Amino acid sequence: MRLSKQAKIVLRCCVGLVLAFVYIPLLVIAVEAFNSSKILKWPPPGFTFSWFGKAFESESAREALITSIEAGVVAMLIAIILGTLISLAVGRRKFFGRETISFLVVLPIALPGIVTGVALSNTFTQVLGIPLSLMTVIIGHATFCIVVVYNNVVARLRRTSGSFEEASADLGADTWQTFRWVTWPSLRSALGAGALLAFALSFDEIIVTTFTIGAGEETLPIWIFRNLFRPKELPIVPAVAVILIILSIIPVYLAHRLSTDDGGLTPGRGAAARSTAAPAAIAEAEATAAH
Amino acid sequence: MTAVAGIDLEIRAGEFFTMLGPSGSGKTTTLRMIAGFEDPTSGTIELAGVDVAGLPPYERAVNTVFQDYALFPHMTVADNVAYGLKVAKVDKAERARRRDEALAMVRLPGYGDRKPAELSGGQRQRVALARAIVNRPRVLLLDEPLGALDLKLREQMQTELKSIQGEVGITFVYVTHDQDEALTMSDRIAVFNDGRIEQVSTPEDLYEHPVNEFVADFVGVSNILERDGERFTVRPEKIEVLAPGATADGLVTERGRVAGIAYAGAVTRYTVTLDAGGSLQLVRQNVGEAPGAAPTAGAEVVVGWRPEHAARVSGATNKEEVAP
Repeated sequence: MRLSKQAKIVLRCCVGLVLAFVYIPLLVIAVEAFNSSKILKWPPPGFTFSWFGKAFESESAREALITSIEAGVVAMLIAIILGTLISLAVGRRKFFGRETISFLVVLPIALPGIVTGVALSNTFTQVLGIPLSLMTVIIGHATFCIVVVYNNVVARLRRTSGSFEEASADLGADTWQTFRWVTWPSLRSALGAGALLAFALSFDEIIVTTFTIGAGEETLPIWIFRNLFRPKELPIVPAVAVILIILSIIPVYLAHRLSTDDGGLTPGRGAAARSTAAPAAIAEAEATAAH
Repeated sequence: MTAVAGIDLEIRAGEFFTMLGPSGSGKTTTLRMIAGFEDPTSGTIELAGVDVAGLPPYERAVNTVFQDYALFPHMTVADNVAYGLKVAKVDKAERARRRDEALAMVRLPGYGDRKPAELSGGQRQRVALARAIVNRPRVLLLDEPLGALDLKLREQMQTELKSIQGEVGITFVYVTHDQDEALTMSDRIAVFNDGRIEQVSTPEDLYEHPVNEFVADFVGVSNILERDGERFTVRPEKIEVLAPGATADGLVTERGRVAGIAYAGAVTRYTVTLDAGGSLQLVRQNVGEAPGAAPTAGAEVVVGWRPEHAARVSGATNKEEVAP
């Protein structure tokens, strides 16, 4: 596509502005984390590391971090297992209602979190009689974590033709050998990327968590939300937020790296499909539904 | 939907057998049934006397060269070729020896460390071939293996495939829609049409004596005429254009008019509309005759052929002759 010089300048400015709107507020919170004042005020009067120390000393923050990691890891594991199985079924088998299943699996990521949260909460407490706990949070998170794993893996499966599996079987490999030597190596980077994104999604989720978490338990985002209104803890909130940002960036960065490397891509077709690894699950959902 | 509707085929050990037909005629489905990727709803598939219908692909002593090659992208060429040996738990030294032997056979020694993505189309094709023959299958199935190659490379690979087949002595079952390819390479050809087999024969017999109009048309040009209630076909190169006043000399002759001329380098193709009905295509070698000697468009001509070169055809296809 050819663009005029003016159009190029305008587009570049737009990109700059959008990125600025996204990242400058993050910078603000990062600066506040080093603010020497007890109240959050701008510009910060001085510089200190002490809030990080206090954040690590805060038992409630530490526990919330551990809870968040637990929830993220378990939700991710559930998503890996179920998401991979569904994607293998949808991507490699033909059966009645296949596209419907695909659509239903992807849908939760588009559902408003508050609806998912209320629905799960009511189902757990009123219908099933299960008290809310960390487990109910994990189940809630798994509903959308499955989607990112599924999307990544199914996109990879659709790109790598089933003839690899046929070739493997033809060369004498049984189902398990084929999975181990052919299917798995071509899936693992997509699966890894999906799993890391699933962890990141779970790690900073707050809406579904609010409705499904048991009394007395807190994930890190919930902790931040509650402590914003407690003057005593308020100054360490930005420090905790910075930790949360860093812990979220790492898996997303790794996922991005994984999905851009060529683990089992068919040459020439990789570039177009790379974008699907980003958490653009909705676009992928539409593509899936239209398929 | 029926892709293949009742075929009876016997392929001999060690032969180069081709299944020829237009797309959708059932030739690939038949190949996939032999490989074990599709199950026949009824009937048997015998491999060296043993019924293999119902066995999974990995329990059949056949290997396939896929149309898209299906080389494992995450493995090197060497690992691709040795895959079947690794699965069969052949020991390492033997595996390496046979792998190198196969790579040498397809003239790709020293390419073992490359990834499939780094190879050209023709090289990938060779790797796919090496990966299949390294297992010494009883039968090698080839699904339009040259379809993705350009003409020059395709012709070169035709010769190579044929010579490799002679070398290894494995039965080749080859699927193609290219009649020239089929005629050049095969010991015998089965012509597929609409899920049925029209004719099974040697290339020469198929070309000279097509049993019906479909075969006549698909293996060559149709050139079907109907005279005295009998339908027959004459191959274009068997038809002569007689000089005015020349004696027929045992030829069957017909009068007609040149309706079209197509120059094709070595030969020129003429379409002649016959006064008695129908039209014929014929070819003449461009041997450098004097200007004016060649027929011109619109010219009245007499064409002739030897009676034995008129092959009687029975109907459009032999569908009605196949038991349901």
